[in-house]
Amino acid sequence: MGEFEAVIGLEVHCQLATKSKIFCACPTTGTAMNQSVCPICTGHPGTLPTLNAEAVALAVKAGLALGMRIELRSIFARKNYFYPDLPKGYQISQHDKPLCESGSLRIETKQGVKDVRIQRIHMEEDAGKNMHFVGYSLVDLNRAGVPLIEIVSEPDMRSADEAGAYLRELHQLVTFLGISDGNLQEGNFRCDANVSVRRPGEPFGVRVEIKNVNSFRYVEKAIEYEIARHIRCLQSGDTIHMETRGYDAQKDETYVMRSKASVDDYRFFVEPDLMPLVLEQAWVDAIHIPELPQAMKERWVRDFGISHYDAQVLAQTKRRSAFFEQAARHGNTKIVANLISGEILRLMSLAGCEIDEAHITCQDIIDAASLVAADTVSHTGIKLVLAEVWTHGGPLEPWVDKLGVRQVSDQGFLDTLVAEVCQENPGQVAEFRAGKEKLLGFFVGHVMKKSGGKAHPQKVGEAVKAYMQRGLG
Amino acid sequence: MVNRVLEAIGSTERHCSIAEIQHALVGGLKVQDLTAAYLGAIHASDLNAFITICDERAMQQARDADRLIAALGAQAFVSRPLLGIPIGVKDNIAIAGVLMTCASKMLENYVPPYTATAIKRLEDAGAIVLGKLNMDEFAMGGSGENSAYGLTRHPVDKTLVPGGSSSGSAAAVRGGLCVAALGTDTGGSIRLPASFCGIHAIKPTYGTVSRFGLVAFASTLDQIGPMTRSLVDAELMLGVMSGRDQSDMTSIDYTYEPIPEPDFSKLRIGVPEEYFGLMPDIEAKVLDAMAWFESKGAQVQRVSLPHCHAAIAVYYLVAVAEASSNLARFDGVRFGSRLDGVFEGARALFGPEVKRRIILGTFALSARGTTSYYKQANYVRAQIREDFERVFQQVDLIIGPVTPTGAYKIGAQMSDPLQMYLNDFYTIPANLAGIPALSVPAGKVGELDVGLQVMAPWRQDALAVAAARVFDKEFLHGRI
Repeated sequence: MGEFEAVIGLEVHCQLATKSKIFCACPTTGTAMNQSVCPICTGHPGTLPTLNAEAVALAVKAGLALGMRIELRSIFARKNYFYPDLPKGYQISQHDKPLCESGSLRIETKQGVKDVRIQRIHMEEDAGKNMHFVGYSLVDLNRAGVPLIEIVSEPDMRSADEAGAYLRELHQLVTFLGISDGNLQEGNFRCDANVSVRRPGEPFGVRVEIKNVNSFRYVEKAIEYEIARHIRCLQSGDTIHMETRGYDAQKDETYVMRSKASVDDYRFFVEPDLMPLVLEQAWVDAIHIPELPQAMKERWVRDFGISHYDAQVLAQTKRRSAFFEQAARHGNTKIVANLISGEILRLMSLAGCEIDEAHITCQDIIDAASLVAADTVSHTGIKLVLAEVWTHGGPLEPWVDKLGVRQVSDQGFLDTLVAEVCQENPGQVAEFRAGKEKLLGFFVGHVMKKSGGKAHPQKVGEAVKAYMQRGLG
Repeated sequence: MVNRVLEAIGSTERHCSIAEIQHALVGGLKVQDLTAAYLGAIHASDLNAFITICDERAMQQARDADRLIAALGAQAFVSRPLLGIPIGVKDNIAIAGVLMTCASKMLENYVPPYTATAIKRLEDAGAIVLGKLNMDEFAMGGSGENSAYGLTRHPVDKTLVPGGSSSGSAAAVRGGLCVAALGTDTGGSIRLPASFCGIHAIKPTYGTVSRFGLVAFASTLDQIGPMTRSLVDAELMLGVMSGRDQSDMTSIDYTYEPIPEPDFSKLRIGVPEEYFGLMPDIEAKVLDAMAWFESKGAQVQRVSLPHCHAAIAVYYLVAVAEASSNLARFDGVRFGSRLDGVFEGARALFGPEVKRRIILGTFALSARGTTSYYKQANYVRAQIREDFERVFQQVDLIIGPVTPTGAYKIGAQMSDPLQMYLNDFYTIPANLAGIPALSVPAGKVGELDVGLQVMAPWRQDALAVAAARVFDKEFLHGRI
């Protein structure tokens, strides 16, 4: 990038995990098309919105978790535009006076730790979904009226890496606190990225908005692409146009969706069907914010001595973190962390489920960790055991024997095997004794093989060395 | 008694109160016979007051009412204060399963799947809905001529307009086609036709009657209210309809209850000086009313509402701005005929007055218009509200004209929308301030009925009505 600097701001639309829609009693979980609808969310003439208190509580929770100022008086506004999936011809949103203002989120990248400022969070309703077919289109209004918060960052990010870290951290926060289920495929956590490029110290460059990208990796790639495109433009003296762009994952490039030459005129005005949202400080204070993922991870690194990477993986979901906390309570914290973030995570992603949905129990992990800690089973061996317990269920110990992975440390047994291997390979013994100590691995490997993997590798190494020295003596 | 009740049906001159009708029902008159007689009168009428007549539905309600009365006798009326009373409903208020057109081509096939809170409460109280009443399209208009289903005629002189937008409501009540009707008032749409047709009507404090189920024209101004032949009947209706509704967040926790006659010697009446020097005939009527109030011992004084000269301008920005948004849902995706297409095609279904207001409102809210027009209008609206707050520290009630003139000839103002907008000069301030205002018959100017307007502070509806009840009883009988 050299002489250029990217400036990135993100707008995240996050579906709140309420049971019912924001302005009516319809369920937020759609079944068949146009089933979770009523006269209110389909915009029948004469209907009026009533605000869902649960949605307000979740939005406030998000604001508190991001250290924001909760506005005790906020205002709903109408954003007017025509689109077939917008039943009322306007979206009820917040404009001038949002619910939460001014906070920040700490992110961590290879470049280090950074606080990204959050400008505002406002509440709004989702629109429906248009589906286009040859010659006709259909509209599904199950999503219409589903509660959303829009979390708007300041333009504080300077690389695609930082944008990705911000999204992952924010996603973790909202799912962790139960604010959103954060399902990316279903569009419950959507991101629009505003990207511009400038020479450091100069004013912001012309901004492009990238819309509708539904994976963190693709957001990063789209931003990377866009930064490179801007720099090319600036270097060749081309003009960058203010526009909205989409991302084509297959071609790995962005494309123009619509030009912003004429700024949209949404004719905002105060929503006359809702009173100003007035909250009492005591009500806000009563909203409980549990330990946030950031603090929890720091505590794990500090108190449990686990790596930042393991902490990140284990804190991914609330359920996983609770599972880990329980398992780690019995000690062997590093091993427990390694087992879950390694083999268990692999099994989870294969099965496509969360840790507490499988046969494996917390006790199984505790048992596995103590077997590894006592050198009873090797790291390799325990993986086999965990895979079986994962599939068939515990308890764990019987699988250790069934799979025959209990490590053998019996000196007599090991000495016998070592002697056999050495007798079979006299040339290598001579070389070793002549000083070629690299051959240790060769002997250990053969002994392990002979033992059927049961021998304790470290003990075997010691036994080989002892044999060689005995022979010399 | 029974004869008196039946003779009132279809009559512009005779009428019976709800209490009298219920007395006849206890005395043996069948609700079915009463209902059938009203339905017959509606079918025979040439006023074009109804868009939809609910023959079967009304007769079913009547049979249910008769069963209740047969089983419980007079007791049946205790928890159902409107039992057996045939009413009409303006066609912008939803009743599940009953066509609701808003007098527009856009909704010619629209049958709402839900019922407005006001209707639910009236029907729970035993009221019988005879049908849906004609109006100006989407309540936009002051004469009843802007209906896709034809204009409504004045019941007394069929060459006149009945006033609007609650044109069918006023015509049906005065024409004896229902005992009472619901109207809606955004800038005078209840009071103006009530004044033209010589009936009684209350526009309650904003939020008194739930707007849930009322098709929004201008959400911050719209109110449902009763239109009747007596204030006592209107109070009964309002008592049933009012009260906080969980479905309307702008509804207020205020259930209407009538109060006894006020002590006139302690009553301070204000007359806005801005309402004078414009229309001598109507002003003479107000001067008579002032004299009557003084003769009752009330202290009558001139007051000033300095910003009310701007009320029409403010109204025709705020109301049209809100309307342009409220009517955006009629985009052709779900309403209007499929053949009309979406957006441009479907929106051609609106009548000229509706189109005019949508265009004005869209501009008022646009990036170019909002600062100079919409925001400025809301600023002045606040000044108007403050005018009333200040005046109501000096007086208890304000009286004035309802309309500049009596009813005019059909077609007389159709080519001049601005002139028609000016008819709302006296009524609009109460909507902008959210305060209650009623129209009570005050006699005639020439051959034409006119009303007296009584305005009260926020939630003081019952005081205005109590004073107007006495006026109604004594003023005309003493003077004319």
